This record gives sequence, structure tokens and C-alpha cells, in this order.
Amino acid sequence: MSTTETGNSSTTESAVSGLDYEETQLTLAPPGGSRSELERKRGFSEGLGLSLETKDFLSGSSDEPPISGAGEPSAAKAQVVGWPPVRSFRRNVLKSCTYVKVAVDGTPYLRKVDLEAYAGYQQLLTALEEMFTCFTARNYPNERRLVDPVNGTEYVPTYEDKDGDWMLIGDVPWKMFVASCKRLRLMKSSEAVDLGCITAR
Amino acid sequence: MTYFPEEVVEHIFDFLSSHRDRNIVSTVCKAWYRVERLSRRIVFVGNCYAVRPGRVMARFPGMKCLSVKGKPHFADFNLVPHDWGGFALPWIEAAARGCPGLEELRLKRMVVSDESLELLARSFPNFKALVLVSCEGFTTDGLAAIATHCRGLRELDLQENEVEDHGRQWLSCFPDSCTSLESLNFACLKGEVNAGALERLVARCVNLRSLKLNRAISVESLARMLARTPHLVELGTGSFTVEHRAEAYQRLIHAFRKCKSLKSLSGFWDVAPRCLQSIYSICPNLTVLNLSYAPAIQGADLVKLIRHCFKLQKLWVLDCIRDKGLAVVASTCQELQELRVFPSDIYGTGTAAVTEEGLVAISSGCSKLNSLLYFCHQMTNAALITVAKNCPHFTRFRLCILDPGKPDPDTNQPLDEGFGAIVRSCKDLRRLSLSGLLTDKVFLYIGEYAARLEMLSIAFAGDSDKGMVYVLNGCKNLRKLEIRDSPFGDAALLENVGKYETMRSLWMSSCDVTLGGCKALAAKMPRLNVEVINDRDESDEMEENPSDMHKVEKMYVYRTLAGARNDAPEFVEIL
Repeated sequence: MSTTETGNSSTTESAVSGLDYEETQLTLAPPGGSRSELERKRGFSEGLGLSLETKDFLSGSSDEPPISGAGEPSAAKAQVVGWPPVRSFRRNVLKSCTYVKVAVDGTPYLRKVDLEAYAGYQQLLTALEEMFTCFTARNYPNERRLVDPVNGTEYVPTYEDKDGDWMLIGDVPWKMFVASCKRLRLMKSSEAVDLGCITAR
Repeated sequence: MTYFPEEVVEHIFDFLSSHRDRNIVSTVCKAWYRVERLSRRIVFVGNCYAVRPGRVMARFPGMKCLSVKGKPHFADFNLVPHDWGGFALPWIEAAARGCPGLEELRLKRMVVSDESLELLARSFPNFKALVLVSCEGFTTDGLAAIATHCRGLRELDLQENEVEDHGRQWLSCFPDSCTSLESLNFACLKGEVNAGALERLVARCVNLRSLKLNRAISVESLARMLARTPHLVELGTGSFTVEHRAEAYQRLIHAFRKCKSLKSLSGFWDVAPRCLQSIYSICPNLTVLNLSYAPAIQGADLVKLIRHCFKLQKLWVLDCIRDKGLAVVASTCQELQELRVFPSDIYGTGTAAVTEEGLVAISSGCSKLNSLLYFCHQMTNAALITVAKNCPHFTRFRLCILDPGKPDPDTNQPLDEGFGAIVRSCKDLRRLSLSGLLTDKVFLYIGEYAARLEMLSIAFAGDSDKGMVYVLNGCKNLRKLEIRDSPFGDAALLENVGKYETMRSLWMSSCDVTLGGCKALAAKMPRLNVEVINDRDESDEMEENPSDMHKVEKMYVYRTLAGARNDAPEFVEIL
């Protein structure tokens, strides 16, 4: 539920987000179904183990140990109205944030780019080239690769989409890519060949 | 003192700077009341519904500066329905009639229409400063009216308002003859402005000291403006997206080097980490740095920047600074007084951020720290106890553990002892926000030790009515109490009803208070407004008379001299 807006008691907003106030209330019962008064009593129990992290995070990369609450409910986590207490203005600024992490095989740390800052694939690749200054971009028909001029290693730009699949950059229209891309990875060509995604050169 | 002529008494009152002191002297005797009210220039109204606007104008005819606050604090977090109230128009109308000499108006959390801005612009010939914080209801047309008609305007400061964009011309409405601006902040506007008009305006306002741009302003434009305003003290940059090899970037670096007076920086909306180098020359002079709108700047770059900022007194950052980054802040920024660490990951994409370690590091390095807002993933009692020992000077302490009701991860205990240590050690604590797993015990500590506490925010805390009662009976300076999702009910609400007349307001939502309890409170205390705010979706169900046993979703209680307000919407019931 990482992209769902927090529920709001106003009707228009709930219509937009598809969540109404009831559903987003912190309760001991699984989502859906009616709530009785009893269920609203707060207590430290598994029910309160509702953390604001999502399932996706738990299945993500291992470089960051998850910091989770006590126990995880199996269903999608409800977001609590007005929590964390951050002003709407600030929320909106961060919501429009389409920053994704960029990993390069063999480098020790990751970077972040804002996909919305670019108009298309070419600009994105130029920016990546800029960021990891060792690369030069090379364009092959229907494919784009980056090359490290020092040792000639080729990198293939790939991305993880919302479904968790690793895809080659460039197949889908740019806007669709921005909407579905969760992180980038410059994969060594040699590895990509082994995965069977591209033909060996 | 009544034997002194009035001018002498008035002169003596001039030395009283706080509203509270002036309020107190005005109650001594009729003569003092009269002298004080005629000489008061700065009026602060903490709750717009506590008193009628006309009454304020009548009492203080010499008023020059008026501050008014509207919606309750939790409105910031979408807990107060839209249209609840807090309208600015009646205040502006009353001021136009009663205090045409008004020079400054500050509004917070109010609904300000274009109509009210137009009235404001035309009614006060000496108007100098307009400050709107967290307001809504107006568009750039309203701003155009201000720009057009307020001759001699010195300050236009828009902070985090929701402003509807009706085009870019508003800024061009400042006439060529306008040279008086000292402070201009339009960072919260989403739309474009006429860059040329802005640059000309900035160039001719020679006294301009504070300029905060919105995201739409390019680096090229910023560079040009900075070249004309080398005496700027506060700057909010625009988008800051620039190719670091571009000429504009070089010009920017050059312009920054000339700005020797710059002490405060904010903005950096889309800055690429590399471009931060452009401000290294200014960093050693900075006392205020706000990077909380710059999610692209991660740990290492942030740290590199902060190492230059050894005079920093106020720092706002995102939690991507991580604990390690906070350790660098601790060793570099010995003058730090205020720290705010905001969450970068509100929508739960699950990146670890800051923990108790970062806070402990800060407390050991920054002994002057007195104001904290800290969003983190976890906190321990041990850490809070250490922080309390290292920093006894906190006046504002707001801790938000992102997972509601989370215990100390090391011991699995509630955080009662940790917060207890804070209130025991920080004798000047005026504002406190709690989070994490908390039992009634923490409220026992607060009631006993937090003698100077004025504002307390509670969420997902406590076991029983006793918790709330400890606070109401203990904190003698309490002015604002706001509670959400805590098991406090009618018994707590009705335990000390007289207390609410000594406070500005009480907010309770998703607690155990019933309609019957609210009615009982309203019946006992006629000088309180007890507002029951129903959720819009449920208001149809409310048609049939709800029973007194029905739990109230949201309740807002405040003392007032004005009686029930007449502008309440349908879903608000005033008992």
C-alpha cells in the first residue's frame, strides 16, 4: 500500500483513494468487515504490530535490515489517518518524489535519481553517465549500454518494476517506465548474458 | 503608581514585551486597564473563536499588529474536516472598521479567501506586513490584490499554504514604484511566476533581506537575482536543477561568494548532490539551514556539506541523514539549538532512517540544544535517559516514533521511564509530544514534573482515565492538550472541568468520550464551547438522534467569551 494516500474523513478524498475512514482505522480485525466497539480498544497485541512498512520492503535487497514492529499482519497494512503527523504540504512535496535508487554492480554505494527530472531515456542515461563518471554511453540498435572506458566492462541498464521483475530499460514508453520503476541497476553485461536477457556480443 | 501621570505608566508598560505580562497588568485596576489597552500595539489571539473580532478592535484601538490562529493543531494532519471554520474575513472586516491603522497581520491555520485579501489590500493605508502560515482558501488573484494596492509593503511571507494557481501575473502587479520590500517568501506556490518581473522587483528593492523562491524559479534566474542582492540575509533557492558544467552554475557560485551576509538557506528542491559545492563558501556563516525538501541529498553529500557549517543554530533535515550523519552534526555544530529530522519515507517504502543512536549522538555533542522534532523508527528508554542528562535545556521536545505504540526494542518495555527522565530533567519544558508504547505511568510523571508544560500532544498512549487525570490535575501551566486514539473517556473528561477554563483548548479524537459526556461538560461549563465534529460520511446516520452512549469521534473544547459560533458547518454540533 505504499502508493495509497492516507485515508481522510472527507468524502471526496475517500472516493479518490478508495479508502474510507472506517477502513483505515487502526483495529484488531483484518481489513474489511464491520468493526464493533470492542475492536477499537487499543492494546499492545499483535494487532498493534501494524507497522507502516510494506510487504515489498521485506522482500527487498538485503543491504538494509528491516526495522519492523512486533509481529506483522499477513494482509496489507492499514495506514493510520493523519499518521505520521506531517503537514499536508510536506507530504505532497515528498509524494511527488519519484526518486529511485541506482545500483551499479561492483560499486560500494548507491545513488538516487529523480525520474521525473528527465524527459526520456536518453536524458536518464546521460545523467547516469554523469553520475558514475567513469561511463560513456553507447547506443546499440534497440539497446542502450554504458561502458567503463578503463576496463571495457559493459553495463546494461535494468530496472525493477512494481511486480518485482527485473526488466531491460527502454522497452516501454517513458511515462510508463517512470510510473512502474522502483529501482535501477546497472548490471554487468556478462551477467545479463547469463540470464539470457541479451545476446552476447 | 496610580499617582503617576498616564504617560509615565504607559512608558513603563512599554517595557513589558510579552502579551501575558500586559494581560496581567491590565487586571490590576481600571486605570491600568485603560492605559494598557490604549497603548497596546501588538495583539495576539490564540483562538479565533475565543473572542469576537469587534471586541478586540474596540478594546485596542491603537492596534498595529494582529496575530490570529484558527484551526486546532491536528488540522495540520487532516484530522479536522475541511470547512470546519477559522475564517479570516470577519477579522479583516472588523479591523477595517475599528483599526484602520493596522500595519501587520499574521494568520495561522485559517481560511483566507481572495475576497478577504482584497479587502485587506484596500483598507489599511499603512499596511506593511502579511504573514500567512498553513492557511488555505486563496488564489494568486488574492496575492495580486495585495501586490497592487499595498503601497509600502515590506513583508509578504507565505509559509506552507495551499494556494490555488490562477496564473503568473500576480507578481507583475507590484508597481514599478514599489521599492519597499524587505522580505518576500512565495516558496509554497506551485505555479510559475513572471521571472522578469521578479528580477526587476528584487533589483529595485534595495532593502530586501529575505527572499524565498518557489520551485519554478530556475538557477539562471536565481544567479541573476543574487548578483543584484549581495546583502541578502535569508535565501530560499528555487529548483536548483542545473548542469554543473553550465555557465549558470558558474555564475551562481560567483554570486554566492559575494553574498557575505547570508545566514539562512532553504529550498534546494531538486538539487543534484554535486551542485551543493556551490554553497560551501557560505556554509561557515550559516546559522539556519533547511534541507528538509531535498530528498535527493543522501548521507555522504549531506555530511560533506554539514562539515562546513560550524555556526549552525537551526537545522532541518530529512532522515536520510542517518545516525552517522547526525554524529557528524554533533561534532561539527556545537552551537546547535534547534534540530528537526523529518521522515523521507511517509508512504512506507521501507528505508531505514534514524534511530535512538542518532539522537544520543546529537545530545552528547550539542549541549545548547533546546528544541527538537525527531521522526524515527525506534527509541529506547536508555537513550532518552541519556538525552535527558545531556540536554537539560529542552523547551520543546517532540518525538515521533513512526510505528504507533512501539515499545523499547531492547527491553520490550513501554517508554514511560524515558519520557519521565525528560520531564524530570528539563525543567523549562513548554512543549512535549509523545509516541511509542506508553502506559498511564508516563502521565503520572508528566503531571508531577512538567510544571512549565504548556502544550502536550498524545497519540496511541495510556491505559485508562487515570492517565489523562494525572495531566489535568498536575500541569498547572497547561494551555493546549490534544489527544488521539487513547483510552480516555467521560470520567477523565469530567474529573476537573474547571481546568478547561484555564486552558486555550482540548482536542480529543478516537478516544472513549461519549456524547453524554460531552453534553455533561457543556452543561457544567457554559463558558466553554464543546464542539462535536462528526465525520462527513457518517452525518447521514446522525440524522436519527444518536444516543448519549455513542462515542464521539472528534471533540474540540475551548474557552470563549463569544458563545457558540454562528459559522459552524452542519457536521459540527456545538453543545
